[in-house]
Amino acid sequence: MSNTNMPKWAELVVLPIVCLAVALAVAGVVVALIGQDPMEVLSFLIYGALGTARGVSYTLYYTTTFIFTGLAVAVAFHGGLFNIGGEGQAIMGGLGTGLVALWLSPYLPAWLLLPLMLVVGAAFGMLWAAVPGYLQAYRGSHVVITTIMFNFIASSVLVYLLVNHLRPVGTMSVESVPFEPSANLPRMHEALAWLGIEWPASPLNTSLFIALAAAVAVYLFLWRSKAGYNVRAVGSSASAAEYAGINAKRHIVLAMAVSGALAGMVGMNEIAGVSGKLLLEFVSGAGFTGIAVALMGRNHPVGIVFASLLFGALFQGGAEVAFEVKGFSRDMVVLMQGLVVLFSGAMIYVIAPWVAKPLNAVLNLFGAAHAKGA
Amino acid sequence: MDKASLPGHTTATAPTATVGSVAVGMHGIEKRFGAVRANQGVNLNVATATIHGIVGENGAGKSTLMSVLYGMYQADAGRIAINGAAATIHNADDAIALGIGMVHQHFMLVDTLSVLDNIMLGAEPHWLLSRADKATRGQLRDLMQRTGLHLDLDSLVRDLAVGDRQRLEIIKALHRGANILILDEPTAVLTPQETAQLFEVLRGLRARGTTLIIITHKLKEVMGLCDAVTVMRAGEVVADMPIAQATLEILAEAMVGRKVHIGRDGSVGVQDGAVLLQASGIGVQDALGVARLRQLDITLRAGEIVGAAGVSGNGQSELLDVLAGLLSPDSGELQVMAQTFNSADWLDPKTARQLGIAHVPEDRHARALVMAFAAWESAVLGYGHLTSYTTGGWMHHSAMRTATRDMMEAFDVRPRNTELQSSHFSGGNQQKLVLARELGQAPTILLVGQPTRGVDVGAIEFIYAQLRAMRDAGCAVLVVSSELDEILALASRVIVMNNGRVTGELAIDDCNETNLGLLMTAENV
Amino acid sequence: MDEVLIGNMLASSLRMATPLLFCALAGLLSERSGVIDIGLEGKMLFAAFAAGAAGAALGSTSLAVACAIGVSILLSWVHGLACVSYRGDQVVSGIAINIIAAGLTMVLGIAWFAQGGQTPPVSTEVRIQALWPQAQDAFANWPWLQAIVGEGLLSHNALVYLALALVPTTWWLLFKTRFGLRLRAVGENPHMVDAAGVSVHGLRYTALTLNGVLCGLAGSYLVLAQSAAFSSNMTAGRGFMALAALIFGRWHPVGAMWACLLFGFLDAAAIRMQGTALPLIGEVPVQAIQALPYVLTVVLLAGFIGKAVAPAAIGKPYVKER
Repeated sequence: MSNTNMPKWAELVVLPIVCLAVALAVAGVVVALIGQDPMEVLSFLIYGALGTARGVSYTLYYTTTFIFTGLAVAVAFHGGLFNIGGEGQAIMGGLGTGLVALWLSPYLPAWLLLPLMLVVGAAFGMLWAAVPGYLQAYRGSHVVITTIMFNFIASSVLVYLLVNHLRPVGTMSVESVPFEPSANLPRMHEALAWLGIEWPASPLNTSLFIALAAAVAVYLFLWRSKAGYNVRAVGSSASAAEYAGINAKRHIVLAMAVSGALAGMVGMNEIAGVSGKLLLEFVSGAGFTGIAVALMGRNHPVGIVFASLLFGALFQGGAEVAFEVKGFSRDMVVLMQGLVVLFSGAMIYVIAPWVAKPLNAVLNLFGAAHAKGA
Repeated sequence: MDKASLPGHTTATAPTATVGSVAVGMHGIEKRFGAVRANQGVNLNVATATIHGIVGENGAGKSTLMSVLYGMYQADAGRIAINGAAATIHNADDAIALGIGMVHQHFMLVDTLSVLDNIMLGAEPHWLLSRADKATRGQLRDLMQRTGLHLDLDSLVRDLAVGDRQRLEIIKALHRGANILILDEPTAVLTPQETAQLFEVLRGLRARGTTLIIITHKLKEVMGLCDAVTVMRAGEVVADMPIAQATLEILAEAMVGRKVHIGRDGSVGVQDGAVLLQASGIGVQDALGVARLRQLDITLRAGEIVGAAGVSGNGQSELLDVLAGLLSPDSGELQVMAQTFNSADWLDPKTARQLGIAHVPEDRHARALVMAFAAWESAVLGYGHLTSYTTGGWMHHSAMRTATRDMMEAFDVRPRNTELQSSHFSGGNQQKLVLARELGQAPTILLVGQPTRGVDVGAIEFIYAQLRAMRDAGCAVLVVSSELDEILALASRVIVMNNGRVTGELAIDDCNETNLGLLMTAENV
Repeated sequence: MDEVLIGNMLASSLRMATPLLFCALAGLLSERSGVIDIGLEGKMLFAAFAAGAAGAALGSTSLAVACAIGVSILLSWVHGLACVSYRGDQVVSGIAINIIAAGLTMVLGIAWFAQGGQTPPVSTEVRIQALWPQAQDAFANWPWLQAIVGEGLLSHNALVYLALALVPTTWWLLFKTRFGLRLRAVGENPHMVDAAGVSVHGLRYTALTLNGVLCGLAGSYLVLAQSAAFSSNMTAGRGFMALAALIFGRWHPVGAMWACLLFGFLDAAAIRMQGTALPLIGEVPVQAIQALPYVLTVVLLAGFIGKAVAPAAIGKPYVKER
């Protein structure tokens, strides 16, 4: 992803912003097409996402999940792999978290149970990604196809378990019994109340800190550890990695495993933090949003946190707009997401020259002026 | 061959060729690639219905010249005349329309399709394959009968031996109406029997009036096959004569030129240092089953620089990869540092480094550096396991950066920016960084491929000095280079490789143009 | 076994397989030319929406189908622009198309029809009806024939037969025409095709256009033949199942057909199997059957039931070499 003909900082910051602007513009056109006022929609969106404390909380709640799935996609990308299986890995991770909660929440205290839930959730997600990773590395099966297949299989597994084994006998809704309180991550407004701060109620919970910690951990893994260095080398130049004696196959599996583990942590937000029970729809497309987040965030943890914030704001703002504006629904945000993936992912080489030309012209102007002045 | 009956051709104004006339006349051809003058004032006259050889080392300009003729490049200056008429050739289609066909060194075939499909593609006489098939089969049957080139039209390309694939390429070109055929290093991948068969075919084509141009470095074949030969060196034509006036020695000397003793500093290193590495019976076959290394033996001693000379593609790259542990040979044994490896359980790059073997790869961009990494990250490539760099799985950034800065100082890598992306350094500075990294580990054996390829003149002497310093420190250095001057400037002794074998070994003082040229083109059976 | 059940299953299998078959053939053409098509799902969805919207608004079957095909071709061309003309990543582009389709169909649906994303049901004149509604009665005296031939084979609408007819048509196109030869070549070695003087981009765009037509037909089937209106996410992963079928059928039209029939059968069987115990295995959960196509594809890709070799040049943008 580096022949865009512009300095690195521009590629990491300016280009994504331009892609976002193009996506917004196209979305604006669609809004106008359906008879709404784009600027009005935009203002409702911004207000809904960031204008109230409650709105900000919801935004951050969405952000948490997107950080997990965005990091997952990014780690795999650095290893040279496209992990589209975030959806399935998040489902399995949530399943693992939920199963531990259901099984042990009557017996263990929160401080023991919650870390266990996190570890098992990550482990389930890790396994669900490691298998496609292994198949790619050792049997040449295209990881894109296998992860898509695994998404559907995960969905089937979850439905099967919920409908046939976890649903309390005689109930209609497809969900498990609620967990005991020890399996619930405290909500942010509860935690803040404990500190004496009043904060409106929302699904935002302390898993946000886990997400941020995960972002730091990913940074440390990729850029501070030997294993991470090896993963990046394999992803960047398999031939140079071979020259260096790095076992490419092992590191492909590792990259996928770490990726899956990150996606598997979504359960801590959605299951342990919000729903308090195992249910069907707790991922609902977050795996795919993770792709958009990783693309926008240029696969860097800092970029991903910001991009997650952006998409979290879009989701929350979108809900607000759906409430205020007739004929509008949250699907507009889905469209936005798709446009972001299109422009900052697939069409990056279409947009890059339009940015590179004026940028280089301006830089040359500055360079010339500087040289003259010196 | 009536061109009008062939698919995709009109009776274009290509004048008929008559024996005795000049089929291809190239006059004053100039072609530059940046600062490199690939062709300088090249004149070439190929008589109709003859086999004309173009001989030269790598970079002599022969491939460029033929690419100009086939329309893949446009000459910066000069004229081309085909069969006496001035011609402008902008692309391969123009060349094909003029009756020029090219058989490339790397075949352009679709493995999963049949011979017939590969020949037909792009020139199918009908949109319905059944009709196209029938028509083409008829034409090909005639063609195969007339030329003596036979192939099973229905076999799949992936089941064909290399020699047959080449026949396919020749038939393809002839089917498109070529009466001037260019073959680029045709015998590079053939066995001796296949070579003999090819020569029969080529003579038969000549008898039918086809003009053949062979690009090669195999002088014996030129002597056996060609009617006339042109020798190129450094972009210019240095010799041009009918074969009767040529001898192997004349051609070899012309090809190599007065290179000996230029760039030498007089030092030769130690004569009889300890044996550090001994490889015997190394055999390597590539994916197509072509032997790349044949029963090769090599010994590396402390305190010497061994130069592996020869035209590129004769096994030198494979030799480096085998010794560095990147390629596992099909047969052979290696002894290094009191450890023995055989083909069943070969060296790997990690073990090689642990044994004190350092490797400066030929392909800097794909192997030696990770182009997207910052300089300091590339500077630790392959050495991440060192305790100074890594403990408990965590990398010590500061130690690595300091080490990189030291490397940059010691080897004058510019700019002295450890954070700069590897791809943004100039070729010379990249190479210096790679050398600094490899030499910095104080290896006992140093394998170097193309040490100054893409390196600016200012850095070349510096790199040579570093290699000589390693030699004087007791290291065994193996340098593979397609630049003969480089080998002669650095080596204590020269081993010459051709066709996967060492054809000869000479002490540096015994080297001259003739014996080197002869060894580079010798065929050992 | 009850012949009515067999007849039913046969009919259901064919009906379930039809949209899969259209999409699998679409994906076949694209992937044989070297362009990965993950966007089958999105194209089918958008085509279904177009068919539903146009069918309800314009009241004409042919216009509805034309709109569906037009929209689908447009999306294929966007994919082509990003990937063929501009060397973008083919997988990312396909995913983008899926997400855009999911969002835009709902946005437009809600804005235009205000029915929560659904399009109004199309009238019976616009719906594609069975071709031979009397076929079953013709066999009234022969129960087995009535079930298997009457219901199983002859009770379908034109699109089902069209999908089946397209299998030999695609086979013929791919293996018996000049275009097909060039298409197969460009997916294996585009450099060779370019050197032979044939336009690589031209071939790929043609393949993508045909791909668009077929996805349009798939979407039309869902709305005009199967249900009667577009509803949110009605494709429900069928586009991916078609991709799985394509791979399971090893990129061959006939193989893809058998795979689609198998997957269609599994789809039809899943509901019916609920509550019935099979010998030896016991009761098979419906989700297991639903997951079976995907599991089978993974097993194939892992090389446990033979090899599935994709066209050699797939996924790599073609850049002219100098």
